[in-house]
Amino acid sequence: MSAIAESYAVKLGRNRLGLWLFLFSDLFVFVGLFVARVVLLGGQRPDLDQTLGIIVTVMLLFSSFFMNRAEIEMAHGNRPAFLRNIFITMVLGLIFLVGVVGVEWQVAHFGPGDGAQGAVFYAMTGFHAFHVLTGVIFLFIVWNNGRNGHYSAEKHWGVEACAIYWHFVDVVWMFFYVGLYLMGNPI
Amino acid sequence: MRFLSTGLVRGLIAQIVGTVVGMALTMAIRVLVGLPVSSTDAALQQHITEVHVVGGVIIGAMAFMVGVGVLDEWLGWARGKPINENIDPDPSKPNWMRYFGVDFDHKVIGVQYGVTSILLLGIGGLMAVLFRTELAQSGITFLNSDIFEIMLGYNSEHLFNTLMSLHGMVMIAGNLLGIGALMNYLVPMMIGANDMAFPRLNSFAFWINVPGALILVSSMFFGGFDTGWVGYPPLSVRAPLGMEMFLIGVYLVGLSSIAGAINVIVTVFTMRAKGMTMFRMPIFVWAALATSIIQFTATQMIGLSFQLVMLERLFGMGFFDATAGGDPILYQHLFWFYSHPAVYVFILPGLGIISELLPVFSRKPLFGYKAVAMSSLGIALIGFFVWAHHMFASGMSPFLRVPFMYATLLVAVPTGVKFFSWVATLWEGKLEFPTPMLFALGSVVIFLLGGVTGPPLGTIATDLHLHDTYFVVGHFHDTMFGGFVFPFFAALYYWFPKLTGRMYNEKLGKWHFWLMWGSFMVLSNGMLLVGLLGMRRRIVDYDPALGFDFTHLLITIAAFAIFLSVVLALYNFIRSARKGPEAKDNVWNSRSPEWHIPSPAPLHNFPEPFEVVGEPYDYGKIDSPYVIMPAASATGHAHAAATGKE
Repeated sequence: MSAIAESYAVKLGRNRLGLWLFLFSDLFVFVGLFVARVVLLGGQRPDLDQTLGIIVTVMLLFSSFFMNRAEIEMAHGNRPAFLRNIFITMVLGLIFLVGVVGVEWQVAHFGPGDGAQGAVFYAMTGFHAFHVLTGVIFLFIVWNNGRNGHYSAEKHWGVEACAIYWHFVDVVWMFFYVGLYLMGNPI
Repeated sequence: MRFLSTGLVRGLIAQIVGTVVGMALTMAIRVLVGLPVSSTDAALQQHITEVHVVGGVIIGAMAFMVGVGVLDEWLGWARGKPINENIDPDPSKPNWMRYFGVDFDHKVIGVQYGVTSILLLGIGGLMAVLFRTELAQSGITFLNSDIFEIMLGYNSEHLFNTLMSLHGMVMIAGNLLGIGALMNYLVPMMIGANDMAFPRLNSFAFWINVPGALILVSSMFFGGFDTGWVGYPPLSVRAPLGMEMFLIGVYLVGLSSIAGAINVIVTVFTMRAKGMTMFRMPIFVWAALATSIIQFTATQMIGLSFQLVMLERLFGMGFFDATAGGDPILYQHLFWFYSHPAVYVFILPGLGIISELLPVFSRKPLFGYKAVAMSSLGIALIGFFVWAHHMFASGMSPFLRVPFMYATLLVAVPTGVKFFSWVATLWEGKLEFPTPMLFALGSVVIFLLGGVTGPPLGTIATDLHLHDTYFVVGHFHDTMFGGFVFPFFAALYYWFPKLTGRMYNEKLGKWHFWLMWGSFMVLSNGMLLVGLLGMRRRIVDYDPALGFDFTHLLITIAAFAIFLSVVLALYNFIRSARKGPEAKDNVWNSRSPEWHIPSPAPLHNFPEPFEVVGEPYDYGKIDSPYVIMPAASATGHAHAAATGKE
């Protein structure tokens, strides 16, 4: 009864607060991993393929741009542009996943069991890749729902939530990229 | 027969199927990537089995959630179905079925939490009674029985370690569910909301506990583990398969904590009744808020530390293996970053209950409302900066010790604020002593004991002497009983008429209190005593020459008495819920909104919103109303009490 009576705006406010609290909570996992990296490796870093690193990072950065475009287009009620942009975001996210899990994990000259650098590298990229994977699934659902006409300029919380989550995953990678590829000297 | 169609049964069947399928799936993936699925080498075979079982158990837990039906709505959304806004229960089903399946009413979820919590606390208590029996005299006399060997495949020392470790974590899970019960049942009613902010997430947060608890307890049957509830590596990396069950089970319960806490915070911030400013909320809501702030942040760290141990076990990733460049102390930092604030998660709602009950039973305003509200937040905040006091003897960097010592002692300040408030509230009050009040007062005394035994452990010089002795065990049980168990029972008795519409048996309630309180005093003081005399904790046997066989016997008898008293309470609750005399709507003449609606509360708590016009704890003041209930919500009797006429 009352649940139906509550307006979309009221629920939107609650959803936003809930999502931000969740992201703040999730942030602790990544902070913990970063702390583990600093404690275990300190002034050293894993010896990784720098070219590959910069490529996947750029892909993820660009994807955030398209995600933003998708959300703005939906807010203006431009569905085709929204679908186009969110599709590009999804593809870029997949490229990132393939780049990290499919290529970097294979070409790295150490495995997860090879000392602290293996543990730190595979855990940090693994936890992050899992978030990217869930993000891509989220993008796919929103894209699919968008194709079926689910969102409008006024009501598109699904798109907004997806965008915020995607940017969050992107921002986390900015720190992880620095932590894994730039900080300190290669082992 | 209808019981078989409930969500719980469907979930359990799905979990069993899911576990088997998950094991097969893990095996298939291993074949695909070219890893062996069996080996003649015993150690390797053990590792392979572990990977398969872990894969199976994780998929099994997911299958439970699908089977119970809590994901239906979300999976529908993912497939493009519109969200069903009507979350009311199906009226064609009998009422009892709501409690065994997915239901979105916060009161039902609160009861689900509560019953599961009591079950877990009972299992944890049973474990305690078992290993206390072993400790009743020196020598190994009880746990080396063949019955255990036949049932579990191991006995004596390893069984003791497993029971002791599981007792810790099962009790903690029980505590977390217990505060989940209190927060879910009370917070919406106290702030004038009809439900929590996210009812589906709320249901999810409850149901994830069920596979979590099952997996946690099942570790007994997977070889057990011997690390204590802390799971420190390197021991936890070498422990048997039971360790994995422990890690996964706790992880799932932690997930529930996070989801539940976010829900509480959003509810408190966005769903308060008209006129209910933050400083006009019932004080328990402040405690729930402070608790949730700890839960939704710190819990991630225990999840992370447990996952890292799992990764080390499953993939050989050497986070905590010193020979591979890892650092075991890192685990302790990550672990205690949650596990110290976690004890405030257990006690803050309990202390909130005490602050809630004392004004009602002394008919006086709560002394220093704002200070008490802020002290909850203060404890939560300081709690984040004290974790390393568990590690004074660990070999961590010595310069960390002193700042952590001072931060630890600082916790006494906001806690002291609460004690002053309680004493000042009682001062010259018109005291009544029904069972809930006895439990509230009893917990104040016990929590004080826990409080004064804290500083010797927070101070480096004395802690190095007391570390890992029974003194720590005694201190911890003082804080847990004073901060959670006694307030929890106070709350159960106090809100029992609200929940069932019937009164519990006062005489049995008082018997429960005096038996439990007296035995607990013997138990905890005995623990503190043998600890000072040099009794190591987490140890199956002790030297009779130390001369505390008799004290240990007393502790064991006290443990049995506590168990008995809880059985008495459960008998009281179950019998009174069915046959107790009908309760008045506002049994305790409380000013809090939840007492101004009929008992048990209707499906939507407040058919019409009410308005808050005054201070919550103006007991004994004339013409100082707190809430004004519209006629549709209120009962006549309650209305008079709400307006402050006594």
